[in-house]
Amino acid sequence: MKCQHCNKPATFHITELTSGEPQELHLCEDHAREYLSQSSDDESVVGSVAASMAQQMAEQLGVGETVNQLTEIDRQTCPVCGIAFHEFRSSGRLGCPFDYTVFNEQLEPLILNIHGETEHRGKHPSRSAGESAKRIRLIRLRREMQEAVREERYEEASKLRDEIRTIEESIGHTEDDDSIDPPTSEQAE
Amino acid sequence: MNINDLLNSTGEWLRGDGPVSDIVISSRIRLARNLADYPFVSRAEPRDRLKIVDMVRELLAETPSFSDTMFCDISRLDAVDRNLLVERHLISHELAESEGPRLALINGDELFSLMVNEEDHIRLQVMKSGFDLHGVWDLANKLDDEIESKLVYAFDENYGYLTACPTNVGTGLRISVMLHLPALAITREIERVFRGLQRINLTVRGMFGEGSQALGDFYQISNQQTLGRTEANLIEQLSDLVVVIVDYEKKARQMLLDDDANTFFDRISRAYGILKTARTINSEETLHLLSGIRLGVNLGLIEDLGIASVNELFLRIQPAHLQKMAGTELDPADRDIERAKFLRSQLNPNDE
Repeated sequence: MKCQHCNKPATFHITELTSGEPQELHLCEDHAREYLSQSSDDESVVGSVAASMAQQMAEQLGVGETVNQLTEIDRQTCPVCGIAFHEFRSSGRLGCPFDYTVFNEQLEPLILNIHGETEHRGKHPSRSAGESAKRIRLIRLRREMQEAVREERYEEASKLRDEIRTIEESIGHTEDDDSIDPPTSEQAE
Repeated sequence: MNINDLLNSTGEWLRGDGPVSDIVISSRIRLARNLADYPFVSRAEPRDRLKIVDMVRELLAETPSFSDTMFCDISRLDAVDRNLLVERHLISHELAESEGPRLALINGDELFSLMVNEEDHIRLQVMKSGFDLHGVWDLANKLDDEIESKLVYAFDENYGYLTACPTNVGTGLRISVMLHLPALAITREIERVFRGLQRINLTVRGMFGEGSQALGDFYQISNQQTLGRTEANLIEQLSDLVVVIVDYEKKARQMLLDDDANTFFDRISRAYGILKTARTINSEETLHLLSGIRLGVNLGLIEDLGIASVNELFLRIQPAHLQKMAGTELDPADRDIERAKFLRSQLNPNDE
């Protein structure tokens, strides 16, 4: 099969789900990169992440079933930060550290594809990463508190704030300001 | 210290000394890190981003390594100042152009900088002139340890340091070596060299200009893999390759001299002549000609100019630098006039 935009062979088969009807695209590497790159960021190579992601998924799922299964995967969301998988797929950016756990099934083959390995062999932080469950919980509680504030559920927000403070104290955080005042216009930007 | 003080020097990476500095411009290492208890930047609420900025500012202000450091609130800088930092490679385009609370810490010698709320919460970079990846890594590693003693990073036993983009996960380490390869460009060998590099998972891109165009024959070589190898191993892999490319460039330089030295000298003399006399000149042409001058200086064909001075010209002919020196904003046509004026004044030191 040839690329839709030139005569080179189409090596990337992309199913676009974000704009209404699913749309099939068949592109060569160059046009796939061009199509998928959302940002001109010079370091993160977002385009090629999305490209190798798309290719990875196509390989895993087989061409016929791609649309339904992709839709299902795309709808999965992270309970901690709330990002949906399709948001990661289109931006190339994850939402929080816990995404590596929630989306592991999809990320592992992608990571293998990018790095050729799946296990860290480099530096370890000298401080224990212990209590990471508590830190993950903090991300979630802060999000819930901010939502409660936005929706003017102040009683609930205040309970959440107390819970956040308890956890912060238990992991030795020295943060002072977790006010639940309505956000100022600057913060709401 | 403030941003205007930067104009008094060329910064560490263009100093023009260090090992193999005729071909290797600079060695750079970047570490990507995130805090364990906040969402990644693109998902963080403005108030979270503000907290992260305040926390990093407060914690690092008391750290001795950061005592000679300028803390720049990027959202308060005007466009020229932001671009000045980009042109000096102290911050990225992404940090300069994004929105919301974000911070850059800039070391007085421009040896290192730290960006807060770029793609990741923390991006630390260390740069040195010439080919010295071990020196760069030692400093980066030490600074990383110091920061880590104050903040808890998102780390997973299996995947290592967790980053917003899976391309950086693991070590979060990007090693970049910037090379000046004019002879490989003239002899058209460069494509072949780079095709070989891509096969082994290293990326190459031009330093000036957009995309893959390599204005001024400056190329940056970086690792793509960040997971599954130790930092030392990744550095060694890239270093081995740099040695090979440097050798190719040396051979190509020798070939140019052996082949038709007169045509080659002529080319460089003419480049020098244009830069010394032009009345208006755009950056593309300037970078192209300066590349020839730099090669001429390294081969001893131009004797009245040092490498440090040529490196400085590469930096100062860029738009934000010209505008800072002129003290006013300039449109592109006026910049071309200002650039030519600046080059004439630098390259004809005896006429006033």
